[in-house]
Amino acid sequence: MKILVTLQNDDIAPRFDLATEVLIVRVGQGGVEGEPRTVLLPGPSSDELCSLVIKEDVSLVICGGIEETHYQYLGWKKIQVIDRVIGAAEKAVRLVLAGRLRSGAVLRPEKEGGGA
Amino acid sequence: MASRGKVLELLNAVPHGMALLDSDLRIVAINRFLEALTGYSGEEVRGVGWDQVVRSGFGRSNPLFQGALESGSPCSAEGDMLGQSRCKIPMRFTATPLTEPGMEGATLALVLEDMTAFRSVAHTKELGPARGILGHSQKMQEILELFPVLAHTDSSLLITGETGTGKDVLAEAIHHASRRSICPFIKVNCGALPESLLESELFGHVRGAFTGAHADKHGMFQLAQGGTIFLTEIGDLPLPLQVKLLTVLDDREFFPLGSQKKVKVDVRIITGTHRDLAVLVREGKFREDLFFRLNVLRVQMPPLRERDGDVRLLIDHFLLRISTEIHKKPGRISARAMDLLCRYSFPGNVRELRNIIEYAVNVSRGGIIGPEHLPPPVLDAGKSNAPSAAPALKRDRAPEAEPAPLRQELPVNATSWSEIEKKKILAALLAAGGNRGLAARALGWGRTTLWRKIKEYGLG
Repeated sequence: MKILVTLQNDDIAPRFDLATEVLIVRVGQGGVEGEPRTVLLPGPSSDELCSLVIKEDVSLVICGGIEETHYQYLGWKKIQVIDRVIGAAEKAVRLVLAGRLRSGAVLRPEKEGGGA
Repeated sequence: MASRGKVLELLNAVPHGMALLDSDLRIVAINRFLEALTGYSGEEVRGVGWDQVVRSGFGRSNPLFQGALESGSPCSAEGDMLGQSRCKIPMRFTATPLTEPGMEGATLALVLEDMTAFRSVAHTKELGPARGILGHSQKMQEILELFPVLAHTDSSLLITGETGTGKDVLAEAIHHASRRSICPFIKVNCGALPESLLESELFGHVRGAFTGAHADKHGMFQLAQGGTIFLTEIGDLPLPLQVKLLTVLDDREFFPLGSQKKVKVDVRIITGTHRDLAVLVREGKFREDLFFRLNVLRVQMPPLRERDGDVRLLIDHFLLRISTEIHKKPGRISARAMDLLCRYSFPGNVRELRNIIEYAVNVSRGGIIGPEHLPPPVLDAGKSNAPSAAPALKRDRAPEAEPAPLRQELPVNATSWSEIEKKKILAALLAAGGNRGLAARALGWGRTTLWRKIKEYGLG
């Protein structure tokens, strides 16, 4: 399974439509497999980002705000979206692996797992 | 310092989304409206960057908010935010620096006004609220409240107000917000043409109606079929044409010049004037019956000097708009320049303010717009209005005088920016002995820009 996280520096980008960088992580039974990959996009575009999600065969998207149209589209493509997440991308991936990340979570660096 | 509870109570009393930010633009507190918009509680997002919580289209580095913190003056900008309902909400963001650090280091108050209602009235999302009509002042708010009523009727509307107050802008905005918006909006200046030409312009003519009428010509009333005709400077309409206009208002039909065939029109009539029509009626220069028919709905556009607090809002608006138009990085107004502008009486109203900002943006070389970048009338008014401020201004301008000899060459009575720019280029070329590279450097432009402008103005 692959996880895609929209990035703004090391944090989750506040808006899906304005993200210009994404983190793609491959996950197996034992956790993260291989080196996480950062992809720079040519420009901010929700449509292009959705295409990338499909092309990369991503199963889960973690992002900040996303418009309803694109949320529904990804859902229709059987891709799970956890949106409105604030915090570090790396921590979000760890919480997903622990099955503790929910939409609208605010991840604080000082509290391990707090807010999720 | 007020307690957190008291401050939150105050924030919650504001009927808009509101946040207090610290100097790093991190959330100190948000009110209930913003909690509802974002879906986060204030406690949850304390210390989080505002961009992460509000999710505006500005992104992380918003020069307006940073500018507000640096300049100490309020800044506003329009944009959108992605709410918890996953919808983009059009917003007006106003950032006001706090004079003293408030609760828990709060240095900036951010107000988010939902503009959805205005945009749905205007039917045109990309055109902005009431299509370019801005104003927080009481008088403008009254007009904006009346706006939907004015747009959803076909009754005649008379817009009065001093020159430059935005009569034309309001008329066009009303047309675009009305059911007639898919049909044309035609504007005719009744004071710009002699009587004979104006009649032909308004009502059209048939071939042979007068010498030179080689073909049939539709008048503006016919061109505006289904839409709106805006007759500006209606007070200058000659008396014989007033009779014909009265007929159109009564019967919705008229005879074009020289024609024996009546033309039926379905047009909404909006009129505008800076004159007092009631006085003209008393003087016998305007027909009373026409005045009554035009004066069904009436809006008085307030002069800018009576629009408390709107000058800053309009300055921010024009600064951003003009900078974008001329592909310059949006600068900001220094506190001294802002003070001068706020004290200026703007006899030319919003139009004059726009021209002043356009002048300042062009004259300044990016960055901060200071008093030295303002046109002479504003500076002169500043000196005469506030004698105590004059020495400060002189001190401010003195260091500028030496390194900017080109500015002294600017014609005080120049009528257009292109004229000023042309003279600036010539002065720079003369000073540089014809060396374009040196001239470009003196003007603060690249060689290509100078070359393009020389070509554009035919100076090569």
